[in-house]
Amino acid sequence: MKLKNVWKKMMGIGLVAMLSATMLVGCSGGTETGGENKEKETSTTESNTLEKIKERGKLVVGVKYDLNLFGLKDPKTGEVEGFDIDIAKGLAKKILGDENKIELKEVTSKTRIPMLNNGEIDAIIATMTITEERKKEVDFSDVYFMAGQSLLVKKDSKINGLKDIKKGVTVLTAKGSTSAQNIREKAPEATVLEFENYAEAFTALKAGQGDALTTDNALLYGMAKQDPNYRVVDETFTEEPYGIAVRKGDKEFLQVINEYLKEIKESGEYDKIYEKWIGEKPKQ
Amino acid sequence: MIDFSIIVDHWDMYMQGFGNTVKASLLALLGSLLLGIVIAVFRIAPVRLLNWLGAAYVEFIRNIPLILVVFVFFFGLPALGVRLDSFTAGTLGLTVYTAAFIAEVIRAGILAVPKGQMEAARSSGLTYLQAMRYVILPQAIKIVIPPLGNQFINLVKNSSVLGVIAGLDLMYFGDLISSETFVTFDVYIFVAVFYLVLTVPLSLGVGFLERRLARSR
Repeated sequence: MKLKNVWKKMMGIGLVAMLSATMLVGCSGGTETGGENKEKETSTTESNTLEKIKERGKLVVGVKYDLNLFGLKDPKTGEVEGFDIDIAKGLAKKILGDENKIELKEVTSKTRIPMLNNGEIDAIIATMTITEERKKEVDFSDVYFMAGQSLLVKKDSKINGLKDIKKGVTVLTAKGSTSAQNIREKAPEATVLEFENYAEAFTALKAGQGDALTTDNALLYGMAKQDPNYRVVDETFTEEPYGIAVRKGDKEFLQVINEYLKEIKESGEYDKIYEKWIGEKPKQ
Repeated sequence: MIDFSIIVDHWDMYMQGFGNTVKASLLALLGSLLLGIVIAVFRIAPVRLLNWLGAAYVEFIRNIPLILVVFVFFFGLPALGVRLDSFTAGTLGLTVYTAAFIAEVIRAGILAVPKGQMEAARSSGLTYLQAMRYVILPQAIKIVIPPLGNQFINLVKNSSVLGVIAGLDLMYFGDLISSETFVTFDVYIFVAVFYLVLTVPLSLGVGFLERRLARSR
């Protein structure tokens, strides 16, 4: 079954070989197509993003399209919705006075930093964890969401945190995740079963094959929302602070973002957005 | 080159997985052989209802992917209040799945015994079951051994499906080691070697039996 991955690899190698072959043929043919207009829109490099946004009259934000609760494209309406989206719309309102003066562009964890740095987007609001490594490439705003690894349990479960994950307790998670490594370190007595992905792990939990499911709470909230018989325990035992990323040295813009975050936290708007998506009030 | 530190560092995991793969294979082999014989007999017994049941079983199970059969046992049964652990659910799924193929192999073997044998046995006063037991099956077994060996080899390899439902078999630990070390190829090379340790002797054994039976015929 897992030979699938190996297969993928082999197919990948085959594809690459074929592609390079076609490219070689193409080159020798001497035909040159495209590539000319690539640099048409020279992107902003200096810290005048704020002016640029005002000039063009809209804010361009990179968000996820595939993450329930944070940034998910509704296949029926085509609308992208989620916590990150609402935060982004609020930012557009703050800068341009209208929350609809915004353009959302899909990013993935891989593409978001390159897209930001080549000017395709003004900011990243895509469940991006602030890390020292990433700080070398982009600047981060203050924390706008505190994520962390947590546990999903049955509503009436006696498990309320890491301390209840003892010997004889079975914890489910996905193969190869940092969540699996973390729980093994923090609760070495427990039995950890790893599944192909979180959907399967959740199905196994629902089938009673384990006592808790562990991963980032951002994912767990999505599962709990889908099946109200489950809840996310209050404790998080790792810290994954999400920040809004802008181009390095983009001080003015960053300052506006931080002001905005502070404003919505004070006005209660942040709590509203939080409750709308996560289903409960923010902690603290 | 292959990184042998992988197998040295993770020997315990490989061994645990290997042990469980052997266990699952043996249990499923025995189970599917028995179940397969029963279903084959159902399919050729002179009772309409049994024929129909046997055919339904074979056509239904044989035509869905193994992993879905296993999912029924692991994810489906709990809905009916029966909870099986990963290993049991996986082994049961494997047994039920393989039995459908074994039933077909055995049925073909029985049908390959000339019709006159059954007629002669019956007319000499044996009951249907006695004729089966003493005349037909001993002849059918010879015909059936090579294709049966194929099914058993497939079964050993198919046991890797346990890895998907956390059945603690070789493939499961292979996945874990690979995700822990970020090494893919080398990890699975060793997994493959462990499967070969099981399947090559099985394959050779079947070949040996085949040659001996060819001589005795």
